[in-house]
Amino acid sequence: MTEIAPKQSGFKLTASRREALAFYAMISPWIFGFIVFLGGPLLASIYYSLTDYDVVHTTNFVGLENFITMFTGDKLFWQALKVTFTYAVMAVPLGIIFAMFLALLLNQKIPGLALFRTIFYLPSVIAGVAVSLLWLWLFNPTLGLINTVLRSIGIQGPMWLLNERTVIPSYVLMSLWGVGASVVIYLAALQSVPTELYEAASLDGAGPARRFRNITLPMISPVILFTFITGMIGALQIFTQAYVMSDRGRGGPHYASLFYGLYLYQNAFRYFKLGYASALAWFLFIVIMLLTLLTFKLSSDRVFYQSGGRG
Amino acid sequence: MSASTTAKAPAQERANTARSLRSQKWNDRITRLGALALVILFSIVILLPVAWMLSTALKTRLEVVKYPPIWIPAELQWSNFPKALTFLPFATYFRNTAFITATVMVADVLMNSIYGYAFARLRAPGKEILFYVVLATMMVPYQVIMVPQYVLFHNLGWVDTFKPLIIPAWFGSAFLIFLLRQFYRGIPPELDDAARIDGCGYISTWWRIMVPLSKPALAAAAIFSFTYNWNDFTAPLVYLNSPDKLTAAVGLAAFRHRYGATPWELLMAASLVAVLPCILLFFFAQRYFIQGIVVTGVKG
Repeated sequence: MTEIAPKQSGFKLTASRREALAFYAMISPWIFGFIVFLGGPLLASIYYSLTDYDVVHTTNFVGLENFITMFTGDKLFWQALKVTFTYAVMAVPLGIIFAMFLALLLNQKIPGLALFRTIFYLPSVIAGVAVSLLWLWLFNPTLGLINTVLRSIGIQGPMWLLNERTVIPSYVLMSLWGVGASVVIYLAALQSVPTELYEAASLDGAGPARRFRNITLPMISPVILFTFITGMIGALQIFTQAYVMSDRGRGGPHYASLFYGLYLYQNAFRYFKLGYASALAWFLFIVIMLLTLLTFKLSSDRVFYQSGGRG
Repeated sequence: MSASTTAKAPAQERANTARSLRSQKWNDRITRLGALALVILFSIVILLPVAWMLSTALKTRLEVVKYPPIWIPAELQWSNFPKALTFLPFATYFRNTAFITATVMVADVLMNSIYGYAFARLRAPGKEILFYVVLATMMVPYQVIMVPQYVLFHNLGWVDTFKPLIIPAWFGSAFLIFLLRQFYRGIPPELDDAARIDGCGYISTWWRIMVPLSKPALAAAAIFSFTYNWNDFTAPLVYLNSPDKLTAAVGLAAFRHRYGATPWELLMAASLVAVLPCILLFFFAQRYFIQGIVVTGVKG
């Protein structure tokens, strides 16, 4: 035994070792980038979150002061959390339901499927500043398209982005315009459900509602979970819309659209409170990790994986 | 006589079945018709904002504020486009955006294809764990690493250059690694095994077998990379300050904040120009878009 061991660990490369070496050689840039651009900064920002770093002045270690200020002395932090969660709680479930509804419609063997899928997906490719400007214009209370249409059927439309009460629902409405990517995913998932299951259920006398609940939903539940998690992470980091659509990018009216991402940006790059912003960023990160874990936990006995183990 | 009465019952049954089948067929047809009507309705609702954007971009300032609004301007104001594009140095902004987007796209397609191939095909201890790390990085929001990355790039002297937007791309994007790995796993392993037996190294197997076979997936990766970077706003906003270095997205936001929101016809004209490349790309390459989304969303 002892005589063979050194021979094996000698210079002769076995095929499997050469393969492992090739693997690490090929992904080494990724490992480097992960450490330098992501992991390293992430760890470094734990340190920054404990300082009053601001690029200009000398940096002092302040312990947990940033976090204490955040939780006890910063009303805008709580406001930003409230705004962001109110938005996420509305936008994520509504987005899933709406996308599912559209996908079910498209799945009714209607003619022109490819054309409609294209139209539904179109808003997803033009995300960003231009779309925010477009919606700013659509929401214009006097001249915008939405209130014009409402007026033509005798409804006095709300002030949308200019009213504290309607500003978050406005952002939700805008987000529903961009559910096309989820529609495409759901449609593909619906099409992959074996038709035998539906035929068997029909023979057993199950109506459309029961077939949807007992076959469709379980079969596509992993996809719903996927869109729920990505949708939630996306909703918690809304930034561009709020920056472009609120006046001077301040999250108005009266902080009613001060999304967490916007508040973080303001602290970091308007006031250059990078230490405090690091604390804000870490808190967001922890919230997202906990929510993701919680989602997996709560859904583990409700999500059905056809092939067993693979999740 | 008796023979005909006994034959009557099954005939009746057959007629009943035929009738219920017919009504089933009618039900199906009505469901489909209703679905089609709703789909058309939603398509119109989805397209209206874009039509409104185009309509506004071609109006005079007076027509924009006219009530009730009109859809088709008396005279199409094509001059709004050059006017909007000279209001701010948009030509420079578009050139910057094109440069950043193209450079990142090359890096994204090339590098993530190598990473994706390694994760899909090569066996190595620790690979599974590393792949979970890749997936986990997809969960990290940009805002979390925005501040520490800024500190890093600030210390490197990269602020107000394109470097922070271009260089990290060479080190991989989790989403694209995932997309390409999923695709490579769907290619029969016999193909690259055969190349390996013929004496090809890993890199030449990747280049000669996997790349040609994965053109649709690489196209999807290129398209996602393009639309993401073309529309990206946060990172350029954070890193670029000089007026001659801004991207189209940052320029548009500056336009809005500088002039308020009054020159709507110019804002919409500039916005249209900004979204046009993505719309054109989408129409010409939509099957790659759809395929990419399906691969990452359904098989995930």
